[in-house]
Amino acid sequence: MAERWGLPIVAWPSRLRPSIWDGIALPLVFGGLILLAWASHQMSQPFHPGEALPISLDPRHLPAYALRTVMRMAVALVASLVFSIVYAAIAAKSKRAEKLLIPILDILQSVPILGFLSITVTGFIALFPGSLLGYECAAIFAIFTSQAWNMTFSLYQSFIAVPHDLREAARMYHLSPWNSFWQLEMPFALPQLVWNMMMSVSGGWFFVVASEAISVNGNNVLLPGIGSYISVAIDQRDLQAVGYAILAMLVLILIYDQLLFRPLLAWVQRFKVETIVGKEIEPPWFLKMLQRARIFHALAWALSLMALFSSRVAQRLPEIPNVARRSRRFGRALDMMWAVILIGSALAALIEIAHFVHAEVGWAEVGHVFVLGAITLVRVVVLIALAAVVWVPIGVWIGLRPGLAHRIQPVIQFLAAFPANLFFPIVVSLIVFYRLTPEVWLSPLMILGTQWYILFNVIAGTLALPNDYLLVAGNLGVRNWLWWRRLILPGIFPAFVTGAVTASGGSWNASIVSEIARWGDTTLRATGIGAYIATETDKGDFPRIALGITVLCLYVLVFNRLVWRRLYQLAEERLRLD
Amino acid sequence: MQAETTFAADVGTGLIAAHQVCKTYATGDAAGRLVLDHIDFTLKEGEIVAILGKSGSGKSTFLRILAGLTEPSDGFASYRGRRIDDPVRGLAMVFQSFALFPWLTVLGNVELGLEAQGVPLHERHQRAIAAIDLIGLDGFESAYPKELSGGMRQRVGFARALVVNPDVLLLDEPFSQLDVLTAETLRGDVDDLWRDRRVPTKGIILVSHNIEDAVFLADRIIVFGSDPGCIRADIPVPLPRPRDQANPIFRNLVDQVYTLLTTVPGAEAAKRRAEPIGIGYRLPDASIQQLTGLLEALSQSPYDGRADLPKLAESEHLSTDDLVVLVETLQLLGFAQTAGGDIEVLPDGRTFAAADLQHRKQMFNEHMRRAVPLAAHIRRVLDERPGHSAPEGRFLAELEDFLPEEEARQVFETVINWARYAELFAYDIDSGVLSLENP
Repeated sequence: MAERWGLPIVAWPSRLRPSIWDGIALPLVFGGLILLAWASHQMSQPFHPGEALPISLDPRHLPAYALRTVMRMAVALVASLVFSIVYAAIAAKSKRAEKLLIPILDILQSVPILGFLSITVTGFIALFPGSLLGYECAAIFAIFTSQAWNMTFSLYQSFIAVPHDLREAARMYHLSPWNSFWQLEMPFALPQLVWNMMMSVSGGWFFVVASEAISVNGNNVLLPGIGSYISVAIDQRDLQAVGYAILAMLVLILIYDQLLFRPLLAWVQRFKVETIVGKEIEPPWFLKMLQRARIFHALAWALSLMALFSSRVAQRLPEIPNVARRSRRFGRALDMMWAVILIGSALAALIEIAHFVHAEVGWAEVGHVFVLGAITLVRVVVLIALAAVVWVPIGVWIGLRPGLAHRIQPVIQFLAAFPANLFFPIVVSLIVFYRLTPEVWLSPLMILGTQWYILFNVIAGTLALPNDYLLVAGNLGVRNWLWWRRLILPGIFPAFVTGAVTASGGSWNASIVSEIARWGDTTLRATGIGAYIATETDKGDFPRIALGITVLCLYVLVFNRLVWRRLYQLAEERLRLD
Repeated sequence: MQAETTFAADVGTGLIAAHQVCKTYATGDAAGRLVLDHIDFTLKEGEIVAILGKSGSGKSTFLRILAGLTEPSDGFASYRGRRIDDPVRGLAMVFQSFALFPWLTVLGNVELGLEAQGVPLHERHQRAIAAIDLIGLDGFESAYPKELSGGMRQRVGFARALVVNPDVLLLDEPFSQLDVLTAETLRGDVDDLWRDRRVPTKGIILVSHNIEDAVFLADRIIVFGSDPGCIRADIPVPLPRPRDQANPIFRNLVDQVYTLLTTVPGAEAAKRRAEPIGIGYRLPDASIQQLTGLLEALSQSPYDGRADLPKLAESEHLSTDDLVVLVETLQLLGFAQTAGGDIEVLPDGRTFAAADLQHRKQMFNEHMRRAVPLAAHIRRVLDERPGHSAPEGRFLAELEDFLPEEEARQVFETVINWARYAELFAYDIDSGVLSLENP
């Protein structure tokens, strides 16, 4: 029988005897547990503002720093997962909640992630006085915001896309809402969720690095981690240390990839709703170990018992009577009331904001910030266009060679995951050395990390082009510019748009860390809204931070609505290949 | 409890019953569109009833109301004298699309219903294995649905339904996604199970558009008429099981049902003649290629202008659904008419079949203007407008007064398709503008 890969749902006691794989699994598991315990203990160390946390540039300390960084990442990921499940489930189940939750999510998604850090850090510190935990929470929250919205959207979209017939089957066979959620909706959403989680974590590395060095009211706090390490290296103009940090990050990403995402991606294959058996992927080594080591069978057995217990408990729960269904008129009245409440509170908030801006900042400054936003907008547009000009031909060239493409794709995925801010010091030191204008030369930093999404998607789009089209084009003698215009560009357009949307979103986010850069005691500054937010955050001027973030958010929202969404629709309706 | 007993007395002895069931879907119009019109129906113990109808006759909606999956707009359904508001225990359903959970093995899928009922693990296992054996799936317990062929998947669907020992089995087009050979085998196996009383099931409702399936399995065939869905005929099938498809009575029944499905009965036809179709008429979604192909075939030997519908379907490899749509279109456009299960080509139809492409287009154009009010209306508006063009939204809005949004779209697309062939008017999908320009 073919080897099935999948975590066993039911394990029989006879399968619980140890196997060779247990020899590898046991030390790995216990070693991991001990490391986690140590790292979480370090997080709650006592700390008082103004105290300096020494960060040593000695590479021997790097593994410990890396572990702390990983810890933050893991906590944020778990938090994002829990948040997204709860939020998406509520939005998908309740029509009324949906009307409020989804637009909120849409806006949260366009708030620059580092903006969250600026806003929330004081609150978190107040929450845990005298402990490092407040700072840790602020950093983790920033990472959380870089992952949660994305994952929530993915889950929500999967929840509402559950095939109608499967829903009917679940109802027909009397699955309780609780059971139906875990047996139908979650499994259906899993493949998309895992893919999204991987992409979110890729983005998360960037923010983990950016959020470890927090400055509050002029106080610089360095949380031990790779991000702080590199921040200190920048202060001391130590290029060698920057190199060590890059190396450590490389190893970290590799470990996450090998131990978490490769196995997960392979495992969720079985949850895909498809009618034919797809190409079997060789199960990654770590998944093999999980499946063969008996200790995990025991664990899975315990989990399945827990699942059984939870479904029993859920069965005992009284059913919530559906009031709206019983009386249509009552339902409609409730809808009306809900709409009135929503519109009313939106209006109240609007008045509050106007009042706040008028009292604290003044309208002249608002205008100024809008101009700064426009400058950053120009940067983003120009950079995306430049990236397209560079990467589209290269991507197509690679995509037309499937052998090469399959070898190169993991590399590009890796490049996309690699936090580009680790390379900033190298670029900045060059700008300082050659005395280049920061207004122009700082800009490429914005797209350093996100350009890979364009390349990645263009390759994928080219690979997906049916070979017949290429043959027909060759047969008709379609060549040169005509070949690009009539075949390749329309063919890869949907993929390109997907890549460009991601790249542009990332660039807006990166503007906060890339429009101002330091190298030792030299500070380079470009004009733009990112620099404005970064400067005000350093000063701790809360109203101005809020203003900057709101305006940036508006730009992103309007730009998405007016440009990307339309291109996306065009791509969906007209240029899809199926 | 008291109320339920008295209530049961009204309902009679049926397993499942529908009482004056109506279903309306919302349209742009306040009244909405009626898809089921006051349906009364009873399933007695020990019988298999097949419900046949054109696509869009509301037969699937009706089954879902009986299953408790859809709420009727008026009237109600009952199971053993109790009103059905939600899916009730004792009813199991087999789906057209199989509706198997792809992440569960065959065993897991079959156990699903038992698990939800809280049946203990050991018993669940035994019953599932028994159901899997019963339907001929032994050996496939650990397979995932995507590893199985369509026929095997539907067997899992049956096992999942049978394992809960349902009183009534609801079959929603269970064979329609299978190839003919597989469908016939599975159908025969279901008949065997029923005949040998190997399942405790006391009644089956089969919704289908395949006449042979219905005559093979059912004790009674109910033919649904469309727009709105209503019971047009209730035909008993007095043949002993297992039934022989070559039996003349079998063939006769198939013919009879065919006639019912493809022709409009006298009263309805008279009503239709009295009120000519309006612009909101649900145009059959027929392809021009198939229409011309069918007319050509009909005008030549062996048909020479007249054909028996079931035979025509068989020799031209058309499904009942497709043929029904084509025949309705030919009737509508005045190229053919039906009488007693036969289709007869009218003189215009013959001329059309013999004509060359340009002449055909011209004929189609004239017939369309005469017989399709929507096409005539659009053309008139375009003629009157100064720029000879109009946005699609205006016509779609008019259609949505009569039809739900999705169907309005469908009808609009059909009329555009025909009009493009007839060169009656042009349509630009990018701008959504209809015009008289000929690019």
